[in-house]
Order: sequence, then C-alpha cells, then structure tokens
Amino acid sequence: MSNEFYRLTVNGVQHEVRDAWAGESLLYVLRERLGLPGTKGACEQGECGSCTVLMEGEAVCSCLVLAATAVDAEITTVEGLSVDGEPTDVQQSFVDAGGVQCGFCTPGLIVAVHHLLDRNANPSELEIKEAISGNICRCTGYGRIFAAVEQARDQRRATESR
Amino acid sequence: MATTTSTKQRSGLGTSALRPDGIPKVQGRFAFSSDAWADNMLWGATLRSPHPHARIRSIDTSGAFAINGVSAVITADDVPGKLTYGLIASDQPVFARDVVRYVGEPVAAVAADHPETARRALAAINVDYEVLAPLVDAEAAIDGSFPPMHPDGNVIRRQRVIRGDQHFVGDVVVEGTYEIGMQDQAFLGLEAALALPDDDGLGVELFIATQWLHEDQKQIAACLDRPVERVRLTLGGVGGAFGGREDISLQVHCCLLALVTRRPIKMQYGREESFYGHIHRHPAKIFMRHHADRDGTLRRVEARIVLDGGAYASTSSAVLINAVTHVQGPYKCEIATVDGYAVRSNNPPCGAMRGFGVVQACFAHESQMDKLADACGLSPVDIRLKNAMQTGDRLITGQVVESVAPVARCIRETAALPMPEPLPADPDPLLIPGGTGLTARRSNIRRGVGWGVSIKNLMYSEGFDDYAVARCRLADGIATLQFATAEVGQGFVVLAQQIARTVLGVDTVLLEPISTAIGSAGSTSASRQTWMSGGAVDGACRRVREQLFERVADAHGLDPLRLAIDGTDVVDTMGTLRVPVAEASRGVVLDETFSHHHRPTEELDENGQGNCHVAFAFVAHRAVVDVDPELGLVKVVQVATAQDVGRVLNPLAAIGQLEGGIAQGLGLAVMEEIVLQDGKMRNPSFTDYLLPTALDAPTVVATMIEEPEPQAPLGAKGIGEPPCISVTPAIAAAIRAATGKALPRVPVRPQDIVFG
Repeated sequence: MSNEFYRLTVNGVQHEVRDAWAGESLLYVLRERLGLPGTKGACEQGECGSCTVLMEGEAVCSCLVLAATAVDAEITTVEGLSVDGEPTDVQQSFVDAGGVQCGFCTPGLIVAVHHLLDRNANPSELEIKEAISGNICRCTGYGRIFAAVEQARDQRRATESR
Repeated sequence: MATTTSTKQRSGLGTSALRPDGIPKVQGRFAFSSDAWADNMLWGATLRSPHPHARIRSIDTSGAFAINGVSAVITADDVPGKLTYGLIASDQPVFARDVVRYVGEPVAAVAADHPETARRALAAINVDYEVLAPLVDAEAAIDGSFPPMHPDGNVIRRQRVIRGDQHFVGDVVVEGTYEIGMQDQAFLGLEAALALPDDDGLGVELFIATQWLHEDQKQIAACLDRPVERVRLTLGGVGGAFGGREDISLQVHCCLLALVTRRPIKMQYGREESFYGHIHRHPAKIFMRHHADRDGTLRRVEARIVLDGGAYASTSSAVLINAVTHVQGPYKCEIATVDGYAVRSNNPPCGAMRGFGVVQACFAHESQMDKLADACGLSPVDIRLKNAMQTGDRLITGQVVESVAPVARCIRETAALPMPEPLPADPDPLLIPGGTGLTARRSNIRRGVGWGVSIKNLMYSEGFDDYAVARCRLADGIATLQFATAEVGQGFVVLAQQIARTVLGVDTVLLEPISTAIGSAGSTSASRQTWMSGGAVDGACRRVREQLFERVADAHGLDPLRLAIDGTDVVDTMGTLRVPVAEASRGVVLDETFSHHHRPTEELDENGQGNCHVAFAFVAHRAVVDVDPELGLVKVVQVATAQDVGRVLNPLAAIGQLEGGIAQGLGLAVMEEIVLQDGKMRNPSFTDYLLPTALDAPTVVATMIEEPEPQAPLGAKGIGEPPCISVTPAIAAAIRAATGKALPRVPVRPQDIVFG
C-alpha cells in the first residue's frame, strides 16, 4: 500500500482515493472505496457486462480498467444516470416491460442501453441485440429486455417528434 | 351481490403488477449480498484443493499468519461443532481434514484486511498432499472396481421402478444411449455474504444470498455448535439461483471467521471460485428402450440411468428419484423397467439445478419418442398426441395423476403457433449460424424443426413435510407481510403483494425483511413458492380478512358470512353496506400467521412404487433451427411453447419465466457444459463456459394454458422449471432434422454435427 492518492471523477463528483493498492480495478474502487456499489461484478474478465460504466462517454467494463489509470476520465455509473432520484426513461422501461428479474445484470444493461440510445436514437431490433450482446442476463432470456429497450426507443422518438 | 363494482385499476392477482424491487434494481440502489458492508470488516477467503483426490499429510498455516493484515487462518481443527454439512446426507466436510475428494474442496480459510492480502495469505498456506488416483468413471463406482472414496461407499442411491409384465416385448422396439453434460447454474450474482458477530461473541448474524434461509441456519448452527436462535439469517439481495444456492457454500466459513475474529467478515467468490464453490447439474448417461404397438401406442419403457453425483451427496438421491420416476415423459405407459444410480466420483459435486433430474430424463425420452415416431411412420406431433397423458392416468410408480394434465392441448396449441419466416436469401450475418465472427455460407444453411414435451413434478417428494409460513398484519388500511421466502429474482415479492391486495382490498402492501425472524418458507426451488408461500400468504390474509369481517359485522349487527371485499371496500353482499377497508381497519392491528402444507406424499418402495409426488405440470416446445452442417454451427431461430400454468397470476412475470427457462434449455442444448478432464474443470470462467447472449436468444412465441389446478391454493401451478426442460430435446431434434445426424448427446457441439 502506498500513501499516494489519486482522484477520480465519478458522476460529476471528484473523489480522492488514498492508500489504495495500485492493482485495484475501477470496479473494486467504485464499489469498495467510493460507496458506489450499483455497478456489479460477475466475471472479472469483461465477458458479462455487469460492470459496465461510461468512461468519457464510452461503455467499458470497469473490471478491466485499473482505477489508477482512470484519473483523467469522466466516469458515469448507474447511480449517476437518474436526476433527482427519478428513474430515467430507460430505467422505467426496464421495470414496466419486465426486463428485471434478479436484477444483477440490470445496472450494466441500463448503462449499455443509455449508451446505445444516446448514440443511435432509432436502433433496429438487430442493432439492439448487437449492442447488448456483451451483457449476459441469466434470468430473462432477453425477451422482456428487448421489449424494454424498444419501449424506451419508441418513447424517445415520440417525444422528439412532438 | 354487490350493487356496484370498483372500476379503479388495481394491481391484484391476474394483473402485470410491477415488482416492488424494480426501481431500486434499475437505479443500482438494490442491495445484493455482495453489496453488504460494515465498519471494521475483514475479507474472508477460501483455500481449495488443487487435486481431485488426495490425502492431506499436513497443513502448515504459519506462513499465512506471518503476513501483515491477516487476522485469522482456520482449518478443520477450528470447527467447533459438526464437521460436515449436507442437504440430505451430512457428508460434506466444512474443511477437508484427511482427504480431499474434488478439485476446489475447501481446506482452509483466512480473514484479512484486503482481498489481495487474503489472496496472498492463501498462497502462503502449505498443504502437503499425497495425490491419489481419482474416480472419474461412474461405472467404476457402480461395479465396485474402485475402492470406496467415502465411508458411505461409492453409490449414493440406487432406485428401481418396476411395474407390469417384465417380459413384454412390443411390436416396435427402439433404443438408444444418451448423454447429458454437466451444466452450471451460472447465476450472475456471485456467492457473497456478510457475517456480523454478536457482541458477546456467542452468536452471529448473516446476510446471505440463499434459496432457503432456515435450512442454512440449521446446518450453520450445527457446525458452529450454537443454538439455532444464535444464528440469525437475513436474505441479502440474490442475483439468481437456479438451484445453485440450495447447498452450503461459504456460509459456515464466513460465520466461523466472524466468531473467531469477533469482527464483521465479508466473503465473496470470484467467477472461477463460484464454479468450484457450488454444485452443478448432474451429468448423466441414460439407456432407454421403448416398446410400442405397431400404431405407435407406447407400452413399455426400459431405462438405465446413471447420474454422476461427484464427491458429495448434496441432493443426488432426490435428483435420482425425479429422473427415474419421469422416464415415461408425459405419456401413458403401463409397463416399466427402470434402474437408476446416483454415484460418487472425484468430479465436482452435483445437486439441484432448475429441472432437477427431469431435464436429463426428458432429453432421453423425447429423443426416443422421435425414434418411435420414425419406426411407426408417424410425425413427431402425432406420436406425442397419440400417447398424451391425461388426468386420471396411472404413472409407472402407480401414482394416479390427479393434477390437471392438458398434455394434448399443450401440443396442439404449440403446433398452432406461427412458424418463423424463412431465412432471407441475403440475411444479415447476425442472423445466421455463427453470427458475424464465423463464416457460415447462406447456401449451406439448412433449417430443421424439432419437438419436446415434458412432465415435471412440483414441490418436494417422498414424504417430506414441505411447508411455508407467512404472516399478515392489517392496520389503517395498510397490510404488512412477513415471510422467509427467498426472493431470487422470480418475483415472489410482487406476487405476495398482489395476493394481499386481492384478498384484503388494500392498495399499500409493505414487506418485512426476508429473514429467519419468522418460520420457514421452505426452499425457493422445485417450482414450489407460488403454490407454497403463495398459499401461506393467501391463508394469512384470509384469516385477517375473517377478523376484519367480524369487526364490521359486529359494528353493524350483520352475519360476517354476508361480507365480501369489493375493490377496496368491505361490502354486504345482501344489503347496501359499504365500508372502505381503510376505515374498517382504523385503529386496530389484525395479525395472523398461517402455515401452508401440501398433501402428504410417500416414499418409493424397492420397486419404485408409491405416491411420491404432489402434483405435475406440463409443457410443449417446438424449436426451429438453422444449421451449417459443414461448420457445425447452429442458430436457434424460434421456440414455440404452450405451457400448462394452471392460472396466470402475473402475465409479465410468467412470460419472463418462460423465456428465461427457454434460454437456459437452449444453453444446455448447444453451448453450456463444464468440461472435465481427470476430475479437473477445464473451463471455469465466462470466457470458456459459454452462456446464451442477446444474439443467441431465439424468438419465443408462447401460449399459457389456464386450467386452474384444484389442489393449488391460488389455482396456479409452479411455472419456473418446465420452460427449461423439453426445450433442450426440441432443439436437439431440430438439429437432427436439419442434419440427419444421430446426436445422442447434449450440448450438441460443432464436432458432433460435422463428424457425428
């Protein structure tokens, strides 16, 4: 352990990480040091997408990022998506459409779907499937998750065309 | 009757009420057991055997103690109570003492200030092993050629089912030998717990992701040598289960470290450790011979089933009786000759996984039904319709099927569901077998259709008094429910609220923490909680309603039998009285606890005869696949299903169970297998153990058949397991139809298609 510290900017808030082992992943630091356990870990290999966060607007697996290398990046976690505690359109769609069962994959999927819809407001069914194919869900078989993403997409389109 | 009805939209039974944990889960605010945290806590970690079979000569923990930040190192010598645990037989050591019997068996545990310190401490423990030859061949466990690897011997259970004329030979006889690989539950939320020692150091509180709090409590208390009341469990959020959390994993280790260090202990497995730390679906080898009349009428089933239970018993004996009692499938059959074994080996222990023994039997019997159809010149649909079981039929165990049994309807309604569009001439590469990464050529792709139909027992069997307890309080129009039912993702929390809303006419239903502060709800497994805990919540709410009606009746000089709930009011069905429930329950607390028991069952006798099961559910699956036979690549295009559900209590939750189960059955059909070599897992990671992704998920077209089950408290059958059972043989059959290959094994691998 060292007495050095580094700073991480997460959900717009700057945090100092002190006395941390340099080998800690961003996932570990978010969960265990910064009090942000919303991001989940399920494979430690970047295979399941449960730990997806946005770094500089790009979706990354936080289990594969060394926290100490993320010092200059703007990081957004699932906790940072809601404004004033209100669920986002994507979050509400997941609940309404039955996209949540055990919910362990959910935070990563929510971040991945925000990332998708912010880049592509009108994704096709196949584009949706491809965009979330890096997020494993063991409970739902994905059917209600597709429905949730389509609901969020259609609502955004309806809002924009108004 | 009531003269007016409430038109307000309420979230009672039959509606797609939204789960109360939904918003916290999507916002990342829901606390899973891995999110638990306490001041001053230490991290626990487990040292595991690298050998499938070895004698422990010595364990030297001094190197670990010498590392700064290490607070405790414990081994078998530190277990204060019972040295073993287990769900049915208590045969699994808390820590191996003299011998290790599988790769991954716990040998020691440490508590340290950081996970990395704990990892280094484990590496500093020196275990001197004398490596022994492993038993990895199930037949060697049966024939006695391998010395007993456990004091109880190498056969966990043998069970025959013998019924009818044992010399009968059919006009048509088909046979085959089938294999099912070892599947992992692969729940996303890894094993995790937080143990808090009591101030006096004599008890512990455990926040844990489990399927059955009270069973854990009992086993932990015995190993700690503490009274059960000094081991209190609260359910930490559970990230899926599928059977893999029925057995003890880190519970005893975590509590023991907390008692030894007198500090909070957090333990959390990584994915590789999770593969070692929980049981799996039994790999199976099954021989079956079916006898039929020339017209396809099934007359006799012969079967020999061998389940590899691995090193410890877990629930193997119960998995075996499910397998041997379900070999006929959902078909009438008078004569049976079945011999089944669950054996020990030095492979990883196996136990409960969604479908529990029936998955294995179903793959074999459905493969056989297709062979029989071929031999009799019938279609896969016609052979199944011809033999479809009905209510009142007698099973090969002699038990009469009293459950609603709409097997023929499941098949017909599945057949009536639309087929998918043909593969376009120039499809998006994402749609073809192998996707974008592999290079199936459109011109090589062949489409196939296959069928699977299944029967699944619901609840526990063989005489087990399988009950569930729930409590309901009503005050000021607000109901509060308490139960120990493990919510593992299935949505019991919303169902419980729906029941209370419907029975009591309230809108606000609060849920107490799920814990051992109330009696057992039994396990969240065996498709049993809607029936059992649903029955308990329903019973508790009804008792509260009786009290409410008595109060209203007293106040108005009426017979309480005249009262009913209409919307959110108590109404006089023979008069004009209408009192809101909120008003009728103002200033009082009506509090009732109810225990729901299902009817008793019997153990099987030596010939496998007896009323061993409570009830049954049925489902049909039709799979459509595209295959590139040259590359051995498969894309499951569509799965159609009609499932016997009794009654749909929450359509959104129900379709989620059907689709989720289908994805798991697809996994077993074409990709999921723990590969073993000499007792060692070759692929304990999500890089190498492949799970269905969004691009692998087929289109699901589903119908739910609602014929309310008279035995079930809410008319609803359990729906969790059936979806994953017959979809696997349906997909295998579709691949056979596309390729002409025999494919007697799942998962079907590319080499099976190319060279099989």
